[in-house]
Amino acid sequence: MLRSRFNMPSHEELVKRMDAIPDHILRECPICHSTFFSLRAGTSKTCPNCGYGFRITAKRRAKITFDSFEEIDKQMTVPEQYKDEKYLAKVKKAKKVTGINESVLTGIGTLDKQQVGVGIMDPFFVMGSLGSATGEKITRMFEEATRKKLPVIMFTASGGARMQEGIHSLMQMAKVSGAVEAHSQAGLFYAVVLCDPTTGGVTASFAMQGDVILAEPHALVGFAGRRVIEQTIMQKPPKDFQSAETVMEHGFIDAIVPRKEMKQTLKQLISLHTKEQGYGR
Amino acid sequence: MADKTAYERVKAARRPDKITTAELVHGLTTSFFEQHGDRLEADDPAIIGGIGLLNDKPITVVGIQKGADTDENIARHFGSPTPEGYRKALRIMKQAEKFHRPILALVNTPGAWPDVDSEYHGQGSAVAQNIIQGMQLKVPYITIIVGEGGSGGALALSCGDRVFMFEDSIYSVLSPEGYASIMWKDSSKVKEAAEELKLTPEALLEDGIIDKIIHEYEPGDDLSNLRSFLDQEFSELAELPIDELVDRRNQRYRNF
Ligand SMILES: [Zn+2]
Repeated sequence: MLRSRFNMPSHEELVKRMDAIPDHILRECPICHSTFFSLRAGTSKTCPNCGYGFRITAKRRAKITFDSFEEIDKQMTVPEQYKDEKYLAKVKKAKKVTGINESVLTGIGTLDKQQVGVGIMDPFFVMGSLGSATGEKITRMFEEATRKKLPVIMFTASGGARMQEGIHSLMQMAKVSGAVEAHSQAGLFYAVVLCDPTTGGVTASFAMQGDVILAEPHALVGFAGRRVIEQTIMQKPPKDFQSAETVMEHGFIDAIVPRKEMKQTLKQLISLHTKEQGYGR
Repeated sequence: MADKTAYERVKAARRPDKITTAELVHGLTTSFFEQHGDRLEADDPAIIGGIGLLNDKPITVVGIQKGADTDENIARHFGSPTPEGYRKALRIMKQAEKFHRPILALVNTPGAWPDVDSEYHGQGSAVAQNIIQGMQLKVPYITIIVGEGGSGGALALSCGDRVFMFEDSIYSVLSPEGYASIMWKDSSKVKEAAEELKLTPEALLEDGIIDKIIHEYEPGDDLSNLRSFLDQEFSELAELPIDELVDRRNQRYRNF
């Protein structure tokens, strides 16, 4: 996995901090380092100072983003061929923390009564890594959306390919890409929301294939991790080289949208792409 | 106004208090979502593009935006797009094609940005792609030249089914300053150059280069007449079968 948050607490530590802690606890923003009472981050869990959206579970994101959400392929999980005990223990723990069985939550959501195919990656499920079942769930969701002629909204948050599943993890990048293209060929709309962190194989596939690509403020977006770059070619990257803001300057993001405005922006985009009335077809 | 000399028209087209591309976008459309980036290497602020509703129907708008002050002008290269800007415009136009949205292009540029990096990054190639791909777009494509229509940098966004010009606008193969310098090695002969270039909307309409002169709008003006006019034009073009639309568009340029 390509782990590369600057000064970021460990995954386990973050999980602990997230939902379990009471609201009166002080917390620190990993981006601007301001401290504030947890309560002030509100239901959207954003830094009141710089707008950074703290990592949240897929289930919470579904709740704060969509008017309604119906999960599909709920039981799908790591295939039985993987028997490594350390890996399975990690997966078991992840299921408990996130309340889902793989690193992506998929389903059909609604925004202003319009149905949309939805995929939300969970950064607390083995770093949101792309396992075989993750890819399968996303692929099926795209296929379902294509059949039903629905737009798709995909929230990405991932450390990249899942090393424990080897080459099969890599193949998910191609499999999902095929489903994205079939959806696109059907003339349907696909919006991506890049969340913190979106890296590696996810960036190198469906995260960068959207018709419109949004990002949350200060989200880390990149391909190779900082340490990989430092250790492979001995180059020291600038501090913000993989912040969403930098990536946008380089041409890969349409807009950076604070989490509190995300629902409204998605409604606007979905409405613009599902108007009954138009010029011609 | 038709009684202005060509050179007065040049000055009018360049006046800093002209209505801007951004003002036109926001005055003509509702629910505008601005798109950024060329998906290759940069986001050129000289190009603004996005999706909006014209009379409640989705359209794509791409435009060249000059700055309102010095700082903004530096960021936007005085309304001269870089190759990345043209590529940004083209990727937004290609997306319009996917979703069957007609395209409105708003042009106000002295020309493509002439610097060394732009050459290295393929300014000529970028403009060339906008022309060849623009002419094949399978959606109605209308251009309004709002102020300056400078050379290839303007043509890159003016290869559509209709080209209209505001009263105080110009469109020419190069700037009058450039023409005077090349033709007479004397850049002070700008007035004569402006005359010879036949760059006024009236001259261009007579020559069939453009289809109509649109009366000048000032900042803050009600744009509902222009909106209705564009709605009608897009509706008419949308009625043509796609092949015929593209054929007629290519024929439009074949005639010159
Ligand atoms: Zn902060």
